[in-house]
Amino acid sequence: MNIVVVIKQTFDTEAKIVLKDGQIDPSGVSLVINPYDEFAIEEALRIQKKFGGEVTVVSCGGPRSQEAIRTALAMGCDKGVQIDETALESVDEYVRAEVLAKAISEMPYDIILGGRIAVDDRSSQVAVRLAEALNIPSVSSVVKLDIENNIATATREIDGGTEIIEVPLPAMITAQKGLNEPRYPTMPGIMKARKKELKVINPADLGVSDLSAKMKVQNYSLPTPRQGGKKIEGEPAEAARELARLLREEAKVL
Amino acid sequence: MNFALTEEQQMVQDMARNFAEKEIAPYVEEDEENHYYRREILTKMGELGLLGWSIPEEYGGNGMGWMEGVIALYEIAKVHTSWRLSISGNCWGPAMTINEYGTPEQKEKYIPGLVSGEYVGSFAITEANSGSDVASMKMTAEDKGDHFVLNGSKMWISGGHTSDVGLVYAVTNPGAGAKGISCFIVDYNNTPGIERIPIHTKFGMWPAPTSELVFENAIIPKENLLGPLNGGFKICMWMLNNTRMGCATGAAALSAACLEGAVQYANERTQFGQPIGKFQMIQQQIAEMKLEDEAAKYLVYKAAWLKDNKLPSQQATSMAKLYACNAAVHAANLAMKIYGSYGYSTEYPCARWLRDAKQFETLEGTSNIHTMIVAGIELGYQPDR
Ligand SMILES: Cc1cc2nc3c(=O)[nH]c(=O)nc-3n(C[C@H](O)[C@H](O)[C@H](O)COP(=O)(O)OP(=O)(O)OC[C@H]3O[C@@H](n4cnc5c(N)ncnc54)[C@H](O)[C@@H]3O)c2cc1C
Repeated sequence: MNIVVVIKQTFDTEAKIVLKDGQIDPSGVSLVINPYDEFAIEEALRIQKKFGGEVTVVSCGGPRSQEAIRTALAMGCDKGVQIDETALESVDEYVRAEVLAKAISEMPYDIILGGRIAVDDRSSQVAVRLAEALNIPSVSSVVKLDIENNIATATREIDGGTEIIEVPLPAMITAQKGLNEPRYPTMPGIMKARKKELKVINPADLGVSDLSAKMKVQNYSLPTPRQGGKKIEGEPAEAARELARLLREEAKVL
Repeated sequence: MNFALTEEQQMVQDMARNFAEKEIAPYVEEDEENHYYRREILTKMGELGLLGWSIPEEYGGNGMGWMEGVIALYEIAKVHTSWRLSISGNCWGPAMTINEYGTPEQKEKYIPGLVSGEYVGSFAITEANSGSDVASMKMTAEDKGDHFVLNGSKMWISGGHTSDVGLVYAVTNPGAGAKGISCFIVDYNNTPGIERIPIHTKFGMWPAPTSELVFENAIIPKENLLGPLNGGFKICMWMLNNTRMGCATGAAALSAACLEGAVQYANERTQFGQPIGKFQMIQQQIAEMKLEDEAAKYLVYKAAWLKDNKLPSQQATSMAKLYACNAAVHAANLAMKIYGSYGYSTEYPCARWLRDAKQFETLEGTSNIHTMIVAGIELGYQPDR
């Protein structure tokens, strides 16, 4: 079984986000594999253990995304592909999905795995767009996955419960927390990662007809810092009245 | 000269940090309180290759060396100092020494289990009446032809009562001092005549077991002699020059933990209408901690680099150990002051830091002993090895 995992390098979830000239400043921030993508990597390695085949990890990103790919290789993936985003003028989910689709369509694949969401822009779009571009079915937010006779049985989270979906392979599956517990890269794994193939692709060479982003970010802003609490003094009845007034007039929630 | 970590070292650091945060941090307070040694952490470390530094791959080594080892140990010890002992106790102590001095049979038989975490390792030098003066040890190993008989007792042995395989130093030529000591590999699970008594009165390092080992006519097979007969003192000094890195790295990591905690607290705690970090005297304390922490870390890296490059490292190791220990004790002391009354409460980690810091001044050569080594080498009284 040939397995492709699409991963994204994101900020460490504990990183402090700083805006510089209206853009997110990545300097000095430690970068990690998007946590949901780690579930996808783990699942890929488990599928491989059961069915054999090769696991190729593909990431669309800047030069530092190679670190994320190497970590995936250290965890046990066989080959890495970086689609070098620096060559692109602007990127959005459309562009990423298109270049990923083109690159993946040239490799053998029976299943594609990815994270349910990237913790940075939280768009949850690339994986489903990718499936669409490749014209394969996709199942999102999967917490359990079984494969038999080229059919994937995926349990996914829905509001208030779960849903079980069967799809023929090849299919795109996105991982939700709970799917598995991702392994750590072992020390020998880290040593082996260096010797594994990591191919860098220039997106311009992929022959995607339209590489212009369809979406433009107007503005980034940080959440307003939390204000201190307010204590309402006075008699209970009076204080309750004051609270109701504040909720209506200031907080505007009533 | 390059201060950056390599890509692999960066991955080792990330992995070890991640591992320590997920597998060790959740149990720190519970295990402190119960003086509990969580054996499965060692198993996990072994499985992930965290016990196989500078060991040939044929015996299960991880293909990496000293620098990567100290980087990993640092992250682990920063979360819980007691766990610094795991790498010394298994890898840099017994496994590495057997790899250096052992026969092919000994290496094959003992190293893989020490590196995989199947065994808890240990090394026993100290006795009730023999500490810094190693050559004054009294435990005897009598040659009985096809085996040795060990009699006497060892004191303060890390891992002692939990240990599966360890090195034990004993006198094989009484009266010959340093020239009459030999090193033995002891299989604790299959050697009758050894009583192991846990020591429960330690000031700190509570989740790290320490024991007294009493040998009474314990029979050790001939083939378990490590290195030449009466050559044990040299082996012991060679080993200590490695295991001391566990102390040096652990101490540097502890000072970093104290600094991180103190910085966070100084930024959060407000008095007189401003964060206490704004007070010049707190800044003085933070600056001292930062300086010593940074210096300690780079002394550790330097010693590791010398070892990886097979250069004399004894003075560098002693400097790293001595300096990092002082930094740790100072940092723990300052952290407790900066945290104020909360620092004195067991709700916060300051008390643990201070307890754990104090070990470093005694273990693996007291501060006095390391001062003597540094000066002795500097003055040309002894060679750097
Ligand atoms: C928690 C813990 C774990 C340990 N683990 C192990 C272990 O795994 N294996 C093992 O073999 N040992 C172990 N030890 C023992 C440790 O290595 C010894 O405690 C250490 O070597 C010091 O010996 P001592 O305690 O007998 O002190 P002593 O040697 O009696 O020293 C007492 C004081 O005299 C000073 N002093 C001694 N000689 C001189 C000198 N020549 N010049 C100046 N000052 C001097 C010392 O610096 C110290 O301040 C452990 C100890 C502890 C507390």
